[in-house]
Amino acid sequence: MMVRDMRAAGMLFVAMAAITGVIYPLAMLGVGDIAFPHQVHGSLVRYRGRVVGSVLIGQRFRGPRWFWGRPSATAPMPYNAAASTASNLGPTNPVLRAHVQARIEALKAANPRAHGPVPEDLVTSSGSGLDPDISIAAARYQVPRVAEATGFARGRLERWIARATVSPAAGFMGEPVVNVLKLNLAIARARLAQRARGG
Amino acid sequence: MTASAVWQIVLTLLVAGGLSIPLGHYIARVFCNQKTFLDPILDPVDALIYRLIGRDATGQAMNWRGYAASMLWTNVLMGLVIYVLLSAQGHLPLNPLHFAGLNPFLAFNTAASFITNTNWQNYAGESTLSLFSQMAAITFPMFTSAATGFVVAIAFFRALSANTSQGANLGNFYRDFVRVLTRLLLPVCLVVTPILVWQGSPDTLTGMVVAHGLQGGVQHIPLGPVADLEAIKHLGTNGGGFYNANSAHPFENPTPLSNLIETLLMMVTPMALVVTFGRMVENARLARVMYGVMALMLVTALFIAVGAEQAGTPLLTHAGIMQAPGHGQMGGNMVGKEVRFGITQSAIFDTVSTAFTTGTVNSMLDSYTPMGGMVSLVQMMLNCVFGGKGVGVLNFLMYGIFAVFIAGLMVGRTPEFLGKKIEKREIVLASLALLVHPIIILIPTAWSLLAPYGVSSLGNSGSHGLSEVLYAFTSAAANNGSAFAGLNGNTPWYNVTLGLVILFGRYASIIFMLALGGSLAAKPAVSETVGTLKTDTMLFGGFWLATIVVVGALTFFPVLVLGPIAEVFALYAHHATAGGLR
Repeated sequence: MMVRDMRAAGMLFVAMAAITGVIYPLAMLGVGDIAFPHQVHGSLVRYRGRVVGSVLIGQRFRGPRWFWGRPSATAPMPYNAAASTASNLGPTNPVLRAHVQARIEALKAANPRAHGPVPEDLVTSSGSGLDPDISIAAARYQVPRVAEATGFARGRLERWIARATVSPAAGFMGEPVVNVLKLNLAIARARLAQRARGG
Repeated sequence: MTASAVWQIVLTLLVAGGLSIPLGHYIARVFCNQKTFLDPILDPVDALIYRLIGRDATGQAMNWRGYAASMLWTNVLMGLVIYVLLSAQGHLPLNPLHFAGLNPFLAFNTAASFITNTNWQNYAGESTLSLFSQMAAITFPMFTSAATGFVVAIAFFRALSANTSQGANLGNFYRDFVRVLTRLLLPVCLVVTPILVWQGSPDTLTGMVVAHGLQGGVQHIPLGPVADLEAIKHLGTNGGGFYNANSAHPFENPTPLSNLIETLLMMVTPMALVVTFGRMVENARLARVMYGVMALMLVTALFIAVGAEQAGTPLLTHAGIMQAPGHGQMGGNMVGKEVRFGITQSAIFDTVSTAFTTGTVNSMLDSYTPMGGMVSLVQMMLNCVFGGKGVGVLNFLMYGIFAVFIAGLMVGRTPEFLGKKIEKREIVLASLALLVHPIIILIPTAWSLLAPYGVSSLGNSGSHGLSEVLYAFTSAAANNGSAFAGLNGNTPWYNVTLGLVILFGRYASIIFMLALGGSLAAKPAVSETVGTLKTDTMLFGGFWLATIVVVGALTFFPVLVLGPIAEVFALYAHHATAGGLR
């Protein structure tokens, strides 16, 4: 009884390991590669012939000429794609309060001409540490600063924001968001075109 | 709560509920050996696997002991092989980033965690596991652990519907196991994986891409066979992520649509199993009562969690953050959440994940408001708000057997369930199955909080720190796998204790349940008389719910007071005085 059970269990194991651990994943790799070659390799974005990142993975932007993403809790530096993580700070943790307050001050200092309340997503760190998006409010908040630093008209920046905005699924599942890399790529491309014209 | 939040909750429930009914009937057909539309393609595949396993092993009818023994041998073997694979991954193929093998403590914890459908993770996937390990030691047991829970439930249903002429026959473990995989899990995954890839989840054998960021700086982006893992991770109510951030990671869950698909995948089979139960024991009314009670608990949990997260936290309010939704932002408590999901899709996902004991998260529970986090904690303590693959509905039935017994004593009627007399042996076994859960949660939690090697792992202090440890053992015992992730679980103490709690939580209760099933199967069915206490009524459904709430509350209320409830008071006391938290 026992020996037969062990033999049967062993064979069940072999069959299942082959089907679910090898055949299934490899078959799915093949299907994905044919049907969705862009997504299957990480939705990579190229700029001037080089891979600059993935449209799904946030990256760090600082300085007056870029739109900033959300704070990131990854170590040792923010937006470390090789080590996704969150801060995991609890709602009563004084460290969280200190972090949020410091971010608010830095944000206000960098955006002196911004109007409206400080957008929450720009002072709270995300779940993955790699959030590629910000809210529409967070993008608009930064428009006066970016306009001043780059010289692009505010209306133009607003149009780029609209173009980098993804609407909720079916109109109401999830939130409207602005992809930060797409938005900043629009700025980079426009600047490149300007330079090519000698402007 | 916004109108859009209500719509999102309602839509999710309606779609999942709508899918669960035909799926439940389909599952019943598969296990009653009736014809299904996939037979022409899959019968030859099944036959081939049966021949490999052995004709006598797959041909025999099993009593509960035989069924449990086959289940245990299969699981022990898988556990050992996974342990070896993880320990030796440095010498195995498909390891582009040259990760070393896992240390014995971590390998034990991970093997125990994945063969039991728990998927507690004391490691960060992208910086610990080779692609081979992700496929052979993670994706593979995601299928088999789901199948194990599933077939145990099916065997128990057969026990309840058995009459003595069939003997104590619970079916054949190997056949059931193969059929779950070929008739349900694999076909669904084959359809869903390409959809997840379409949404942006990668699926490749490339280990890493180096990107030169737009503003300078180099970004190393790990890739791998992600999408195929995501499909079974949710369908199998597993929950172990490819990446450390789990379904918050944009590659695991790129869009609100992928989020909805993953949510539905978690929900459909445990809901469908209630329908299957009604079909197999030929009592659809009873199944409807059970479905209704579980749905009521789930809806309550969803509204509390979404409401609490949308209300936000006083700490952020005092910092000068506007937490009302509108003006282009979502408001609420966005700490540890992703903007593409906002408050609603985040809270729905994590609440569903702990109701159906999947353990996947798209937002970090450690940073939830105390109420939002407590919803997840309580659902795992009750462990029967639909619950994980198979075991959830069994836990619910254990409470039902209890409720019948108590109600019978109260009104002086013979306790019967589905025409089987509930006697001393059944009550002892049901009590043992239910008692395992609080024992393996509360004792290790208390021990960890008293020991320096337990407390040193805390990521937050005060009552929130207590919640972190309590959450870890509750998640392990419920075979959930989600975490208050501030706790550093990768220490010898937590690796070993959590691993043991996971194993007890899984196998001790399953064995007691199968023994109970065996005991019921061997009893002659008694015909219903006027003295029979009816179990398929709304009234009894209410009593059933009350039993669950009272037993759960009596067991866990004291520790909840010390953890999340104390934190609610701390948070709002602070709010009232508008002072700083010290």
